[in-house]
Amino acid sequence: MNDMTPTAAERAEKLEGIGCKRKRVEDVRFTQGKGNYVDDIKLPGMLYGEFNRSPYAHARVTKIDTAKAAAVPGVVAVITAETLKTVNLAWMPTLAGDVQMVLADGYVLFQNQEVAFVIAESREAAADGADLVEVEYEQLPVNVDPLKAMAPDAPVIREDLKGKTEGAHGKRKHANHIFSWQAGDKAAADAAFAKADVTIREMISYPRVHPCPLETCQCVASFDKIKGELTLYGTFQAPHVIRTVGSLISKIPEHKIHVIAPDIGGGFGNKVGAYPGYICSIVASIVTGVPVKWTESRIDNLSTTAFARDFHMDMELAATRDGKLLGLRCYTIADHGAFDACANATKWPAGLFSIISGSYDIPAAYCLVDGVYTNKAPGGVAYRCSFRVTEAAYCIERAIDIMAQKLGMDPADLRMKNLIRREQFPYTSAFGWQYDSGDYQTALKKAMESVDYKRLREEQRQKREAFKRGETRELMGIGVAFFTEIVGAGPSRACDILGIAMFDSAEIRIHPTGSGICRLGTKSQGQGHETTYAQIIATELGIAADSITVEEGNTDTAPYGLGTYGSRSTPVSGAATAMACRKIKAKAQMIAAYMLEVHDDDLEWDVDRFKVRGNPERFKTMTELAWAAYHQVPPGMEPGLEAINYYDPPNFTYPFGAYICVVDIDVDTGTTKVRRFYALDDCGTRINPMIIEGQIHGGLTEAFGIAMGQEIHYDADGNVTTASFLDYFLPTAVETPHWETDWTTTPSPHHPIGAKGVGESPNVGGVPCFSNAVNDAFAFLGSTHIQMPHDHWRVWTAAEKLGLHG
Amino acid sequence: MAKSQVAMKINGKTVEALVEPRTLLIHFLRDQLNITGPHIGCETSHCGACTVDLDGKSVKSCTVFAVQANGSDIVTIEGIANPDGTLHALQEGFRQMHGLQCGFCTPGMITRAYRLLQENNNPTEAEIRYGISGNLCRCTGYQNIVKAIQYAAAKLNGVPFQEAAE
Repeated sequence: MNDMTPTAAERAEKLEGIGCKRKRVEDVRFTQGKGNYVDDIKLPGMLYGEFNRSPYAHARVTKIDTAKAAAVPGVVAVITAETLKTVNLAWMPTLAGDVQMVLADGYVLFQNQEVAFVIAESREAAADGADLVEVEYEQLPVNVDPLKAMAPDAPVIREDLKGKTEGAHGKRKHANHIFSWQAGDKAAADAAFAKADVTIREMISYPRVHPCPLETCQCVASFDKIKGELTLYGTFQAPHVIRTVGSLISKIPEHKIHVIAPDIGGGFGNKVGAYPGYICSIVASIVTGVPVKWTESRIDNLSTTAFARDFHMDMELAATRDGKLLGLRCYTIADHGAFDACANATKWPAGLFSIISGSYDIPAAYCLVDGVYTNKAPGGVAYRCSFRVTEAAYCIERAIDIMAQKLGMDPADLRMKNLIRREQFPYTSAFGWQYDSGDYQTALKKAMESVDYKRLREEQRQKREAFKRGETRELMGIGVAFFTEIVGAGPSRACDILGIAMFDSAEIRIHPTGSGICRLGTKSQGQGHETTYAQIIATELGIAADSITVEEGNTDTAPYGLGTYGSRSTPVSGAATAMACRKIKAKAQMIAAYMLEVHDDDLEWDVDRFKVRGNPERFKTMTELAWAAYHQVPPGMEPGLEAINYYDPPNFTYPFGAYICVVDIDVDTGTTKVRRFYALDDCGTRINPMIIEGQIHGGLTEAFGIAMGQEIHYDADGNVTTASFLDYFLPTAVETPHWETDWTTTPSPHHPIGAKGVGESPNVGGVPCFSNAVNDAFAFLGSTHIQMPHDHWRVWTAAEKLGLHG
Repeated sequence: MAKSQVAMKINGKTVEALVEPRTLLIHFLRDQLNITGPHIGCETSHCGACTVDLDGKSVKSCTVFAVQANGSDIVTIEGIANPDGTLHALQEGFRQMHGLQCGFCTPGMITRAYRLLQENNNPTEAEIRYGISGNLCRCTGYQNIVKAIQYAAAKLNGVPFQEAAE
């Protein structure tokens, strides 16, 4: 070897593999306005669809007259439930085992529910037509309060379920009851509470919020009558699921449905499910014979497709006097609105909510969740969250603070005392989850040292004294949150969607010249998959990331997969990618052995090549082996160099983190200033630290919005009062705090590259951290729990209730 | 509906067309002219995804009728790159500083920053944050967008870019 030969380290660096802050492939087109989003698609002869929607939250529909709408110049057709009934599509199944009206069939159950679909030659004509659909309503009593849904005199929401005592998940105990779901051991939990020195109980509500990606839901349906084939372009986080569900409900054979998800402008769980807009566009295209586009407005988005949370948790913790946690009990009312359109794994009506014991070694625990119907928009989606983990993390992290307050302990100390210890992993929780790996104490210790936690508490003590003396009107709050996520759904023994196991897939083809393409069943909505999957391949196969094309979102070319949500892409498809690479590598090794005339076992892998052990001058690079795979394979071996892997994960992965936030609150205005926010995340092996940091920034900003100002609010008549950006708080650059990020690395022992997933962690951990900070500011005055969101009016009200305004 | 004749300069080219009086500028750009860089994220002028540069001002094109833009000079994301075809410092900065994720707000954000840096060629972080507060981003948390704009400002001013310490 001469001095010019690159070292192994130099060769590895050039690959831009795992660990590299590789610049994103996607950005080249996005920064030039050359992304290809659904609304950019324009097909010849394409028509536009627009909904007429209900102004009422609960009403009988006595008459729909479409004559005036149909007479509008440019209007081609008007579809109502009666039209849909001819193709048996007036109702559609939800992923949660419920059914949902596509268009109002005799009655409406929430404001802005879809009543009629007008198809026209322009957006404007469609809107004109929608305005002129004449609907007669007979108003019915409304209930928007989940806590009153099971009262004896509560208005019955779902007349279609009348007399039905069995739901999709067992017995229904009230006309508005959807399911009961429980986990843990009630007797053991009750026994723990009976012997505890100290217990706390608090009603902790997580308000209804909305994922609100900047791009709304939209689709273009194009039905080819000659071929009997449907091409559906749409904002789909799970394109294959849409194809299968579409085939099941439309009866179009699955091989004749082509689902294409182009660039997606953010998803956050909003774009997992199937919505009336998709069904109506498909039917409209079948009826008219030309493509039909549906573009959701922002008001439609916020008021009809996919709310999240609306969980009301009656939480109890039990502990010894010195702060050892003994037990947990939680009873939850889950508001699903008019239809249970939850996007959970089918067997889990309350998702993975039983991760509610959090990061703590709690010997006995029990939880029960009752799902109920109200006159609100349907859903219950996982907004940047792995199926109700966010609600669970919020609940336990608030409860820990409340317990610390009662015990007179520092909340960080109480956490440190009860965190699952490193040597306990793999750790089985009282709910039966097997946490794969963690080093919680190290993470919390690092977080506390990084912010100089002791000094902050001392400063807070002094400020509280000054406040009591009347020298300041400002309160300082310190929020601590330690969260554990459960992501990567999921193992087929636990998870399926409508019977389809939640595996995911990767298909890799290496071309003769040594570059390649990887196709996956997941779908990026901003996560940067085109960049990061290539990095996994670069490290696994020694091919530069720049030489790998990553393709998702076309069900004709991608292997079957369950899509991107619940931080599952890296844990599941990332694993499939690595496993497919290993098949390719095994074949390449045999080719190398043949070419070098040695035994397979005499070869060792060296970054981008196989070399002969003890004779490093003799080697074959991956590029050479790719070429050989197409013309010089050993006798009997199939030519070519490609592989596919369907990965059924053996377990979930459990990312975790320690967050600390400092706020200053003006008690006279209720204004909260975030002085500092520190986030330490452990997502196992870090594929692209730049992208991880970006995800943390974004998720924390969402958490800030949720904790400090968001709520999808309904008045008593069921009017949604927060259906535009005028009323629904989205943080701008001005309000958004500065984020400090940090990390530890504890690889997952069961994942091929040790990665755990990270996208949702900051939302999961961020919300309790902000909320704990605001609550901590008032804790010394005897306040135990102030409900979110902590906007200035509600904070001012809390201060008022505590008598702080004289 | 009777259509009106409009003429305007878009990304350096003169465009003449017939539009309905009620056609919004954003729909005119996207649907009639296939200029799909600017996006639609709301209908209340809050999100800024539709931002274009109109006669030297950042304008939300969902809040302007196409007829109102008659005779104007418009620049969209498609016209931001340098005349020699190389990327504008902002386009480069957004990639270098990871100032985007899903990319949906990016055209509006860059177009807004393009005007901001002409209004103030060396803005502070607070000035940048205020200056882009009419543009919402749901993915990045803005921190890297701020850095991207600082990167571009430094490059346009011919000074080395120094990232602020965390």
